[in-house]
Amino acid sequence: MQIKENFNAFEDLVPPITELNKSYRENLAGGRLVLQACMLCNKNQYPFESFCYECGSTDLTEVSSTGEGSVYSFVKVHQPYHPAFKPFIPYFVSTVQLDDGPRMLAAMFESDDILEIGDRVAARIEKISETEAMLLFEKIR
Amino acid sequence: MKNLRNRYCIVGVGNTAYGKNPGVSQVAHNILAIRSALEDAGLEAKQLDGILTKAPTSTFPMLWGPKIAEALRVQPKVTGTIDQAGASNIGLIQYAVSAIELGQAEYIAISYGDNPRTGTRASYARPRGEDALAGLFGAPSSYAMVAKRHMYEYGTTPEQLANVAIAHRTHASMNPGAQFQELFTLEDYLASRWVAEPFRLLDCCPVSDGGAAYIITTEENAKELNKEPIYIEGIGQGHPSWDFFRRPELATSGAAIAGKMAFDSAQMTTDDVDFCEIYDCFTIVPLISLEEYGFVKKGEGGSFYEEKRTHLGGELPCNTSGGLLSETGMPGTQLVVEAVRQLRGECENRQVEGAQVGLVSQQGGIMTTHATMLLSNIGAN
Repeated sequence: MQIKENFNAFEDLVPPITELNKSYRENLAGGRLVLQACMLCNKNQYPFESFCYECGSTDLTEVSSTGEGSVYSFVKVHQPYHPAFKPFIPYFVSTVQLDDGPRMLAAMFESDDILEIGDRVAARIEKISETEAMLLFEKIR
Repeated sequence: MKNLRNRYCIVGVGNTAYGKNPGVSQVAHNILAIRSALEDAGLEAKQLDGILTKAPTSTFPMLWGPKIAEALRVQPKVTGTIDQAGASNIGLIQYAVSAIELGQAEYIAISYGDNPRTGTRASYARPRGEDALAGLFGAPSSYAMVAKRHMYEYGTTPEQLANVAIAHRTHASMNPGAQFQELFTLEDYLASRWVAEPFRLLDCCPVSDGGAAYIITTEENAKELNKEPIYIEGIGQGHPSWDFFRRPELATSGAAIAGKMAFDSAQMTTDDVDFCEIYDCFTIVPLISLEEYGFVKKGEGGSFYEEKRTHLGGELPCNTSGGLLSETGMPGTQLVVEAVRQLRGECENRQVEGAQVGLVSQQGGIMTTHATMLLSNIGAN
């Protein structure tokens, strides 16, 4: 996967790698969206923790997400809060209800500039350095 | 629910100038406000045996209460900071009432002061969500996501949001202490620049320097002081908690639970309320608050504002000093000060005639916390 124009600037915003987020970030860099799954109650969750938010179990594993879901709400950001996002302004930030689990918050760079609550979306993973990637969503057309 | 009525009072209120106060530290904003509240009550700093503080948003220091106590040369029996963001303006009053009830203190000062306008304001633009890569920075974007969902579920319109901002600005135009007193029209609102759509600039409160404070004591002590006692009749809390985007319902707040608790402890209903001072960091918040309190049905907050029913002279005047949107961007402490002044009849041309009961609504985070207080000037007699 190539680093597309303007995406290397996001490297500044990558969170520090910890024991908890290491696997999620490595998978994302490999082009895969993974979630944590509880072995006891079967709920999927994100962000990664050492316990299940739903039932408290500490028996957790990882599963691949389909990355598909629906837009629950969104905003269109017009302010350049960080220079990395400047080339993409105005851009959307969506709360996406994943089909297979949690709500995720991610940016959407839609060329037609149109988005509605309820729109079906899919994860889009973009490389931002040799070892890091960022999660976006895009409309399923 | 235990009855709170007629037992605890706010006896002094004070505030600094609002807006830009260069050279006035965070500590100084607290001290100037507390000293002004002491003077209002007719008390001296050495009589304070409790100092409670809301931490400054811009830096969130540790052991802030003791630091404010030092700057008053007081060694209090009761001190501390409660972290409920905006809701702690009332959460701290509840703690003060509890401490007085337990006999631990008699005169408690509660203050907030910060200088994000002329000092550091970095915390106001911090990323929200799991990481900055999601592109969600600052409070406006997060509240805009709440507004977007409310518009989707209930058909709330930009014109209705505009009317929240216009109502509060209309009241600020009658408040010589307000930061923004110049009136604007619906057209001005619609022409103001986008910040985070559906929010325009005029949907958002400013970032302001300022301090405000109040003094709490018993009804018995209150009767010996300068001003007419204002009674704390009811307090309630309810905290939706969680990161806002993971909450099952986004177009709601804790006002329904906090409001019921406050009305029950005051043995009052919405019919008893003459005016409201509602946390209004963004236009969507008071609109949802009125719905959740039951002043209007769910989804009818927008039309209530559009019909100008919250204006002075209307059926439920709200945010009579201009609120966060127009008086000053301070996170809510000023709303308690205004409610007390209204109930004392000190508000001159913005006075709610015959006001006896006022509701103060506070919330914080992104509708994360909520607290409600009912104040009155009625008393036992």
